[in-house]
Order: sequence, then C-alpha cells, then structure tokens
Amino acid sequence: MPVPRPLHLAAEIGGRPHYDAGYYTALALLAERGTLDFVTLGDSFARPGPDALAVLARVAPGTGRIGLVPAVTTTHTEPFHVSSAVATLDWVSRGRAGWSAAVSDTAAEAALFGRRDAAPGDDLWHEAGEVADVAARLWDSWEDDAEIRHVATGRFIDRDRLHYTDFTGRTFSVRGPSIVPRPPQGHPVTVVDGTGAAAREAAVRHADVVLVRADDPLTARTFREEIRNRAAAHGRSPDQLRVLVSLPVELHTSADAVGLARLIADWYAQDAADGFHLRPTDVERDLPLIVDGTVPLLQHHCLLRRFYPGATLREHLGLARPAGRYARSPRAPGSPPRAAHPQPHRPGPPLTKDATAGGRP
Amino acid sequence: MTGQQKQIHLAAHFPGVNSTTVWTDPRSRSQIEFSSFEHLARTAERGRFDFFFLAEGLRLREYQGRIHDLDVVGRPESITLLNALAAVTDRLGLAATVNATFNEPYELARRLATLDHLSGGRAAWNVVTSSDAFTGENFRRGGYLDRADRYTRAAEFVATARELWDSWSPDGSPRPFAHTGPHFDIAGEFTVPRSPQGHPVVIQAGDSDEGREFAASSADVIFTRHGTLEAGRAFYADTKRRLAKYGREPSELKIMPGVSYVLGDTAADAAERAAVIREQQVSPQNAILALEQIWGRDLSSYDPDGPLPETDPDVGSDFVQGRVRVADPLAVAAKWRALSQEKGLSIRQTVIETTGRQSFIGTPEAVASELHEFVRTDAADGFILVPHLTPGGLDDFVDRVVPLLQERGVFRTEYTGPTLRSHLGLAEPVWKG
Repeated sequence: MPVPRPLHLAAEIGGRPHYDAGYYTALALLAERGTLDFVTLGDSFARPGPDALAVLARVAPGTGRIGLVPAVTTTHTEPFHVSSAVATLDWVSRGRAGWSAAVSDTAAEAALFGRRDAAPGDDLWHEAGEVADVAARLWDSWEDDAEIRHVATGRFIDRDRLHYTDFTGRTFSVRGPSIVPRPPQGHPVTVVDGTGAAAREAAVRHADVVLVRADDPLTARTFREEIRNRAAAHGRSPDQLRVLVSLPVELHTSADAVGLARLIADWYAQDAADGFHLRPTDVERDLPLIVDGTVPLLQHHCLLRRFYPGATLREHLGLARPAGRYARSPRAPGSPPRAAHPQPHRPGPPLTKDATAGGRP
Repeated sequence: MTGQQKQIHLAAHFPGVNSTTVWTDPRSRSQIEFSSFEHLARTAERGRFDFFFLAEGLRLREYQGRIHDLDVVGRPESITLLNALAAVTDRLGLAATVNATFNEPYELARRLATLDHLSGGRAAWNVVTSSDAFTGENFRRGGYLDRADRYTRAAEFVATARELWDSWSPDGSPRPFAHTGPHFDIAGEFTVPRSPQGHPVVIQAGDSDEGREFAASSADVIFTRHGTLEAGRAFYADTKRRLAKYGREPSELKIMPGVSYVLGDTAADAAERAAVIREQQVSPQNAILALEQIWGRDLSSYDPDGPLPETDPDVGSDFVQGRVRVADPLAVAAKWRALSQEKGLSIRQTVIETTGRQSFIGTPEAVASELHEFVRTDAADGFILVPHLTPGGLDDFVDRVVPLLQERGVFRTEYTGPTLRSHLGLAEPVWKG
C-alpha cells in the first residue's frame, strides 16, 4: 500500500425488533467501547420494528462518540421531513449523525400510504438520489454563520446567508430554505448500500460511505475502484468517499472472533476496502465477540485505533466537513468550523451580548 | 373543606419562533443546541410538570417576499428531538406539534408510537393543520386544503392513526388493517405493537368553532389562547359541553391555555420587569413592522419613538403577505391613533400597549393565587407556560411558584404514575384491536 490508511469499522445493531430503548443503548455503548466508527440500524415499513431514526435519537444522549446511522426510506416520505430529521439527529448527537438511504419497492408498502403505486427499483433509486441531493442542499441552505443576533439592527439572522433550494426533481419539488440551521457536521454522513446497480449510481453521486456486499476481496476491490472512478467522473474527490465491505458475521466462540480479525486484516491487506460494516446474525451474541475478540486483535496489529481522536462521525471517517455550497466566500483559514452563535465576520457593529455566552460547552 | 381540591396541570413550552422570545437578553442561550432543550425539560421535570411542548415550523416566515429576520427562526424537528429528550428525563410528557396536512397517517402514527415506546408512555401529539400554499411549496403534495377540508382531513387522520395504534392483537402480533375514507385509502400491517399509553395523548391547538368541535370529538387536551377569567370560563363551559354528544365525560378533555408570566419580589418589581420584557420583545424594528402590517406600506422611514402616521392605511394593499392578515386595517389604525393620542404614546409604546398577551405578573404568591383561581373556578384545567427566555426561563417559576401550589395541595409533589396519561388523569383508551 502506498499510503497507510486507517481501517474503518461499523456494525449493524438491528435484528429482532425491540421496543425498549435500553436494549439499543447497550448495544451502541458496546460498539463505542470497541471504538467503532458507527452503528447502523435498518428500517422498513414492511416488517415489525420501531422507527430507526427515532431509536438512534433516543440512544444519542446516552452515548458519547459512536456514529449513529439509521436507515431512512425515501419513497413514501417527504424529502423536507427527511432532511429536517437527519439534521436534528446531528444536533442531538453533537455531530454523530448519518443516514442510510433506502427505498420501498413493494406494493404492500405502497398500500400503507395509498398515494403512489409501487415503482421499479431504478426509478426509486433515482428518486432516492434526488432526496439525498435536496437534503444536502437544505443542510446548506443556512450558512454556518447565518445566526447573527445583531442587537443594533434587531436581526436574529442575516437573511442573505439563508438560501432557497428551489429544487425540482422528477417526483417532488422543495422550495426551502430548511427550518433547521446547518447541522454540526455541515452534512450528516450519507450512506448508501451500493451493491445493486441502481443504488450504486445514487451512491457514486451522493454517498459519503458506500457499502458493498462481496464474497471475496478481489470482487470488493473491483467494486471500490469502480465506485471511486465513477465518483471522480461526477467531479467528486474519491478520497472523500469511504467504501466499506458489508459482511454478514456469525460468531460463536472467541476463536471465531479471531478468525474474523484475520479475515479483515487479510482483505484489508489486499486493498479490498476502506473498512468493514459487520452484520451480525445475532447481535447480542456476535457484537460482544467483535468488541472483545476481533477489535483488540486488530488494535494489536495497529490496524484499528484504540480511542476516538475526534468527536464527530466525519472525524472518525476522516471526511472533511463540507463547505456550504451557497456560501459566498470561503471561510478564512483557521476560523472555527462551527459555532452556535458565531460572531459576524464582516465589519459591523459589535454584538452586545457576550459572544461566548451561548457557545458550545 | 372536604375531598381533594381540583389539581392544576402544568406544561412547559420551549420558547422558539415568535416575537415574544427575548433572544437579545444576555441570558438567552442557543435555540438549537440540545443542551438548551435538555435544561428546560429537566427544569420542567424537576417541577413535576405534566409535559414539555414543542411547536413546529414547515417554512420560514417571510415579510415582503423576504425571509423574516427579526425573530428566532430556526429549530430542530420535534419528534427526533423529543426522542433524545426521553433519554435525559424519566417522567415528563413529551409533546410534538406535527402538521396533519403535510404528513401521512401511517408514517406519523409509527413515529408517535415509537416515541411512546421509547419514552415509556410519555408521547403526545399536538395536531395542527395548514391552509396555505406557501407552506405547501416544501412538500410533495404541495397545494393546500381549504379551511373546512383541513379539519376533515385532520379528524380522519387522527381516527386513522388510532386504528393503526389499535391494530395489534393483545397477544402481540400485527393484524391487518384497512381504512377507506375521503382522505385516506390505506391497508396493510402496522409495524409497531400497541404502545405503553395505548394511544399517545392527542392535543388540539386553536379555539375556533371547528377547532373546539374537533377537540370535543377527538382530543385529550386543548391548547387555547388564554383570556380573561370570564372569557376562560365561557370557553371552558362551551367546550366541555360539546363532549357529551360524542359520548365523552367533561374530565376527558383538559383545557390548557398557553400563558406567560413575570415574577418579582413585590408587585411593583414584577410590573417593572414586565415592562422591560415588553421593551425587549418589541424592538424598534418590530414596532415598525407591526405598524406596516396594518398600514400596508413601507414605514421604515418613521421613527419608532415618534408619533403614528397621520395618513390612513392602504386598504387592499399586498405589501404584506403570508401569515399576518389584518381584517379591518382602518378600524385598527383608528383605535391605535386614539390610544396614542389619549396616552401620548410613540409608535413603539403603542405597539407595546396593544400587542401584549395577557400575562400573570406579580409576586410568586400572587401568581400562584391567580393560577389557582383560574383552575378552581373552571376557567382552565391547567396551563402551558411560555417563558420568554431560553433555556433558563422556567427556573424561577419552578423554584418559587411550584412550591406554593404544592403547599396549597393543588399541584403534585411527586409523579404518581409513569405515563403522561397518568399525569393528566386520563384513562388508557379502550383497545379496539
């Protein structure tokens, strides 16, 4: 490998549905003990289970560093609500939110809403890409320093730093701006399972993290190269993209956990991926073995970090905080990436309130 | 005296997007950071309040086609935020305002049932409707419903949500549901088992005739504008009377006006603080804005500390669009001018005088007495307190007024049950599954 790169590790904590928050919080804390980048929680309107984004919002205050990535479906939901809810997850978790875009392609799911018929996957993934696009535009629709609290002129915000999205897609339009101020990460992390062709097209355009399902390291490596190339063709930096192999795991003994570590190290040595998303067969059995067996071994071989050097999910993933697309001028070097009550950076009367009074703790 | 006195219900509103939130105060902190919401919610729970209440916004307000920049405008999405608050509170009810016009029953019923599960039975839904195409521009369905239709949609929405909440069998398996009506034609299986409260508490906001009827048929709590003691009693009697035709008892609907308050060590001290707060709420810019909404033209050259315009409002002007409509600008202008001349008030003073909402202003003892009087004489069952400061705006009420209400035996000293329904004294709905 020309440049050593950090191994990223994530785990799905779904499975049999539970309706008590303690169950999910315990699993997320366990994953956090293993310094995993993030946990995912699957979701669907088609089978029993609580709303995944709500569950991870409930988990957020009880955890400190772990990234929180619920599945959010884009087919029957309102894109404006999707954007607001994911931004809010980022606010309540102080910058640890992601979302895994998903579609609802069955007639049974369509009947739950009664608004649209079931549609082909290609159409739905095109729409999911548009939802990801407009969500990001809405997150950018407030510049980071739009809240000015300018007492002399009575203005709470600078309306010139708020922007209409004016987005028109095939199936929806959104005027904007968002109701929710730009979230701590700028953009919460967008995850797409890009294994399928239609989903992969949305992933190379919009995802920060692409999951791929592959049975061997060569297939995974080919996927990764394709995804990076296609992202670059869309004008994106491939180095601002993480491709994780999504592996089903079933661990019964600590020997199995060691075996998984060897597999991860082996695939990683072959450049198969930037990391791994582990999908336990039985999360209550498998996750403790991952955290107490697989993770220490990867740490021992200096493949995995032993602590979280940063606070946000983007920092765990080594992804830059995106500049807002509507910002008129780049932020000055060295200026803080975000602040709850930023001071105005243009000439003007000073704030009368203590600018740090409402700042972050 | 025999028996227990009528108990007061209390809720806390997070002061967000409105011109009564004093963001210029040095004690005002973030309107968006989770720590602010956590502080206010924990304070409300320390005060043994029934619930914590969040409003909603689906499009930023505009003024003259530009985003309104004088008030707090940003806020997080309610249900997501309340799920996070469920992690840092144990008993406090968690009420989200969610629009029935720009949501679908299946998805919203699922989100609310999830909140009820994850909070151990503390979820509430404040049902609101929207009638403007302006908001619709952010949504797939776009457009809008006329006033009558939006209430029929809301009523069918609530009824449909209840069908979904009832759709699991008592042995814990999903059973197919099917609903066909003018607004919704849906079928399938609900993904969430019956939640701890059976149905999350339903709140109805607004006190129009349609709103009262909707509340009488479908709501557990009605969030009203407060009025005088007399107006409150009339509203209370009228609304409670409507319940019988739906086979409901008067105690099944709690009437809770939204109120503000100002405390002081003496009556004069409280009045002085209240005057300062009114000045903070009506900034010079807000005073001109209030005037423009009536006069229908640009008055930015006027001095807020000077006299009102001598010319009459432009009737039928489209200068101001969106939320604010003044029914009879000429009459309002005449009234304001008369008041201004009689008392010698400037533009800003006139606006301060005319746009104030009634508050409970006084010593903690006086405020406690007045609140108790409203409840004792059936002008209300309780109050949704709207502090003017974030997030510390409720601290003094909990520290100074709540103990007095507790001493009088009209407010709980400890929670007696785990769910919001238990705080409100509402029965769990009969399971029609």
